[in-house]
Amino acid sequence: MNIPHVIEARPDTGLTNGKLGVWLFLASEVMLFGALFSTYIILRTGSVEWPHGELNVWLGMANTFILIGSSVTMVMAWVSLKQKDFGKHRIYLILTFALAAIFLVNKYFEYADHFRRGEGPWHTTFLAIYFTLTGLHGIHILGGMVVMGYLIGPGARLWHKQPEQFTNRIEYTGLYWHFVDLVWIFLFPVLYLL
Amino acid sequence: MQSDHSEDVGKSVRRYWMIGAALYVFTIITVAVNQVHLAIPLAVTVALIIACAKGGMVASVFMHLSHEKTWIYGALLLTVVFFVVLMALPILTTSDTFGKPIVYPAAHGGEHAGH
Repeated sequence: MNIPHVIEARPDTGLTNGKLGVWLFLASEVMLFGALFSTYIILRTGSVEWPHGELNVWLGMANTFILIGSSVTMVMAWVSLKQKDFGKHRIYLILTFALAAIFLVNKYFEYADHFRRGEGPWHTTFLAIYFTLTGLHGIHILGGMVVMGYLIGPGARLWHKQPEQFTNRIEYTGLYWHFVDLVWIFLFPVLYLL
Repeated sequence: MQSDHSEDVGKSVRRYWMIGAALYVFTIITVAVNQVHLAIPLAVTVALIIACAKGGMVASVFMHLSHEKTWIYGALLLTVVFFVVLMALPILTTSDTFGKPIVYPAAHGGEHAGH
């Protein structure tokens, strides 16, 4: 039995089921990160003093560049499929995967430096919310890499059987990935600069 | 991502690269402003305005929200309403004037310290 509306849009919503599903999922993600941003505001406004310069701004900036670059390569991976160029799509998707991996490696070095100095989440309120926010974001990066890994590997076979369905899957993955980038766009100034 | 025509998609490619470049420039501006060491309220305002502009570019161009279907806008409108409530909660907490404020003795010279 075929699942309906994975390729053609539903007549009532004008959307494929997958696309509406991803957007509803992203709406719930907004509330998840929103709750933590709200917590950050409460902790910060309630504290007598708030540390500045605790984090390496240049490393944070490098990670911002990496994630923005990965958003561009992700959207290009989708565009390449629309242009029926599977080879170019693979290059862009592998590039996105690699940039995500570099982001996590940078984050590992940042975390390792903190732990070497005994500055874990228990150390200060700032570090507690920093590790919570960036840790949750890091898990999202990892989740995105798992999906991309699947679409680069065994999931890529779908292109030869159902190219439009595969293109839609890349589109949904892209929506998720851009959201992860969007969250970092706010995390960077809030945690590293202010 | 509504455009079904490869030609239209091809025209969008240049736009994606331009937005990517703009996002890099805005990131550099954010860090540069931070190096000036503005007063905290002004620094927060500037940083959040730039972050909102960057977020808007990602959402409207990369996520194609500038030309989406009504159902998506409906779902996101609800999200925005609840998100605003969520962000307003800390403000409501700090501006709460109901009841008597709790005053801890230790905060006033520690007269009853140890009790």
